[in-house]
Amino acid sequence: MPFRQAKWDEPIIFEVSDFSKQTFLIDEEFADEVSEALSKVPKSLARGSELKIPNLSEVEVVRHYNRLSQMSYGVDVGPVPLGSCTMKYNPKICEELASDPRITELHPYQDEEEVQGVLEIMYLMQRWLSEITGMDECSLQPPAGAAGEFVGALIMKKYHHDRGNDNKNEMIVPEAAHGSNPASSAMAGFKVVKIPTAPNGETDIEALKSVLSDNTAGLMLTNPNTLGIFESGIIEISDLIHGKDALMYYDGANLNGILGVVRPGDMGFDIVHLNLHKTFAAPHGGGGPGAGAVCVKKGLVDYLPVPIVGFDGRSYKLRYDLSRTIGRVSWFYGNVVPIVKSFIYIATLGPALREVAEVSVLNTNYLMSKLRRLRGVTLPYGENRWRKHEFVVSFENLLKETGVSAEDVAKALLDRGLHAPTIYFPLIVKEAHMIEVTETETKENIDRLAKAYEEIVELAYRDPQAVKSSPTNTSVKRLDVLVANHPKTMAPTYEYLSRLRAQET
Amino acid sequence: MPHNWIPNSSPDVKKELMRELGISDVLDLFNDIPPEIMLNRGLSVGFGKPLTEYGVRRLFNEIISKNRLSTTPSFIGGGVCQHYVPSVVKAVLSRPEFYTAYTPYQAEIAQGLLQALFEYQSLMANLYGVKIVNASMYNGSTASAEAVLMAARVKKRKKVLVSDSVHPEIIDVLRSWGFGAGLEIVKVRVDLKSGETDLSDLRSKLDQNVAAVFIQTPNFFGVVESAIKEIIDETHRFNALSIVYSNPLTLGVFEAPGNLGADIVVGDVQGLGISLNYGGPSAGILGINDDKELLRQLPGRLIGATRTQGGDELGFTMILQTREQHIKREKATSNITTNSSLEAVGAAVYLTLLGSQGLRKLGEAILGRTHYLIKRLLSAGVAEPLFPESLHFREVGVRFRGKDADQVIKSLSSRGIGIGPALSRFYRELSDCSLVCVTELHARKDIDLLVEVLEEVLGGG
Repeated sequence: MPFRQAKWDEPIIFEVSDFSKQTFLIDEEFADEVSEALSKVPKSLARGSELKIPNLSEVEVVRHYNRLSQMSYGVDVGPVPLGSCTMKYNPKICEELASDPRITELHPYQDEEEVQGVLEIMYLMQRWLSEITGMDECSLQPPAGAAGEFVGALIMKKYHHDRGNDNKNEMIVPEAAHGSNPASSAMAGFKVVKIPTAPNGETDIEALKSVLSDNTAGLMLTNPNTLGIFESGIIEISDLIHGKDALMYYDGANLNGILGVVRPGDMGFDIVHLNLHKTFAAPHGGGGPGAGAVCVKKGLVDYLPVPIVGFDGRSYKLRYDLSRTIGRVSWFYGNVVPIVKSFIYIATLGPALREVAEVSVLNTNYLMSKLRRLRGVTLPYGENRWRKHEFVVSFENLLKETGVSAEDVAKALLDRGLHAPTIYFPLIVKEAHMIEVTETETKENIDRLAKAYEEIVELAYRDPQAVKSSPTNTSVKRLDVLVANHPKTMAPTYEYLSRLRAQET
Repeated sequence: MPHNWIPNSSPDVKKELMRELGISDVLDLFNDIPPEIMLNRGLSVGFGKPLTEYGVRRLFNEIISKNRLSTTPSFIGGGVCQHYVPSVVKAVLSRPEFYTAYTPYQAEIAQGLLQALFEYQSLMANLYGVKIVNASMYNGSTASAEAVLMAARVKKRKKVLVSDSVHPEIIDVLRSWGFGAGLEIVKVRVDLKSGETDLSDLRSKLDQNVAAVFIQTPNFFGVVESAIKEIIDETHRFNALSIVYSNPLTLGVFEAPGNLGADIVVGDVQGLGISLNYGGPSAGILGINDDKELLRQLPGRLIGATRTQGGDELGFTMILQTREQHIKREKATSNITTNSSLEAVGAAVYLTLLGSQGLRKLGEAILGRTHYLIKRLLSAGVAEPLFPESLHFREVGVRFRGKDADQVIKSLSSRGIGIGPALSRFYRELSDCSLVCVTELHARKDIDLLVEVLEEVLGGG
């Protein structure tokens, strides 16, 4: 399928400015009061500096942003097989219903009696997510997955503190973990202890034993892990951690492949975070907003952030009565609109959620089976193991033999109208492509992706420069990241860019 | 259970995929999971079976019909207020190339999204008077927490002074986020006459251990901190960093905090074309006035302009990613990955739709209405402004002369008028007080009606 991305010579918004234009109309109903009030504003507080916002007519604004949107790419345009990102299709009914003013115009400080509908949705989500994870209660307050991890780590910190175990200051994190795990641990004040991955692609249990101590606060693990491999030793791992009076944290970014098949709570985890914008189909918004949830076992419910939603059999209430709460991690109650979208998604599928896991795993292994056969491609770790939601291949051999890197291959995928997967992650695999097609891709598209890889690899051996000069069908050719990041040429705003341009001329 | 959201769920397609794998049962793919932990029953979620689209629509409508909106535009304040969301913003944010995209890791195929975020950063940097604004945090409260953590890292100090006029939920968030880093959050008193930060209390608490002083203007009571410049200067005398939270809607009328000397600025885009959303999502604004030391510690994504390799075509890409968690792991400046890009784009669309003229007029429109509300309350005499002498923007603290605020709020709500929150929720001593918020949505007759109903409920003046 030939692909040419739109390419508009769209100026930066400051360059289309024209002061003769009529902008969005604001009323002058209170003109007298305005002049009275303005006379009370001390000169030192009044805006004296220039406001550099262009004054455009409505049609210019609309065209500008629509043209920019045409130079962007999302799941509604084509597959986005980014590993660990679970870029599934976002059903349109979820979008439409969640944009109802009876959701979007609700004020967070409205009386609880006036918002029983949204509280009911949140309450049901707390119940459903508890059921899905095998936990006892959830908080929907974390605005994203990483915020959920941070909450989990803070819960561990406070739990050990309350039990007089302030010595428990070490968080064990596998090398292959998502980068947010060690970052969240550090933010919660833990020292991060790394453990390696064994050749079978699972956590190295002997290494785990060797770092366990009385200072161990907990383990952060995702299962299936970032190689897409299920940690079959999970029972032994959780027994080891619990034997040290430490807690098990489940990173839910990879839940999609085991939905309804096996639950973190049954694996021995005590705390779980979920990314509603991955597993439960809320869109990613070009980077956000997401929505997180943190779910815990009985003994930890009192530590959850407040408020959570309670139900007394008659009405729904915001509950602040959690005695050991870590406090608020965000104001208000979480990212409610994505929560509502995920509610509609789960309500629609119900028990068919298990189908999500089964087909996403089937799709993963199908694509993996096709890619691992390709020249220059290897499948490091656990060669004979099935993957779950995602898999990781290495282009190390391709690079050695042709000079074509994982990044070059990624850019060549763009040229074929496909988004590239996650590259150079996990760090334990060289020249990695981490691929997750999810359950929402058709067989035809998966075949297309496999075919694209085949063509690119073949081209790499025949004419490596052709691959290295990609992309050419996207709005721009390959960008210079050195110029972008160099302190002298860095331009994070239009001001910087203008200054650089002035220097050049 | 086949479903049309899962294209390969039909038995025939599954069979074809399984043939490639040499298996005859999908469950074979799960044979590495210990049998004793497998879930041997269906999940009990949803409503027992998959629903049709018209079925779920009906069910959803039944549930949300239990939500009630007030008959006039909402007068509820507390950091976020009801504002008008222009159709243009909704139209742009419903473009699927934007809202179904991931983080623009592959820059060449995401130039439009990257340019929109670059424009957001540039517009916000100018609005707040700072050098650099990142590509967004989750919301104003978490942007505040990240600002405080950043200041503590840069200054290698653990104490942070926070004015008690800052939104109480932001202060709660600073406490929770600061717990892990061992930060000491110390409140600075509010002057009970003006509703502003008490300068003498601030002076008495400032010392060499203070990493940052955090203030909000207009503050939680809607009062403009008129001594902002003095507060910033005092902060700098102790080589501490000044963090100022401000509402972007004020900045067409009031001087940008960055231009008054703030080192770090924070805010929230709610109101800039972003709806209330029952509190979220929104996007947090975080900006810095230094492109060296603070930049190295800046959390979150940053977009930069660049050019094509060996060419001179303009392009955009994420920059300085070595600060971020996927590379720096436990040494990263934050754990943030997903942010609020879509709301950031929405705010950029809103700002360009209004232009500098519109933003100034909007600020004035809100300022004028706030002034009118205060005048009407003073002349009616039933409910007095908490700080009648001070300059307010958008929100006003109101006292009901001994009448329980929760009861007053409920009485108004039963008449279709929403005010709040009751200040007793945050300050025990203010049991008969509430916030009232006015925005461009309020016509004169709405404010008149509010005052009349207050007279009725509170028993005349």
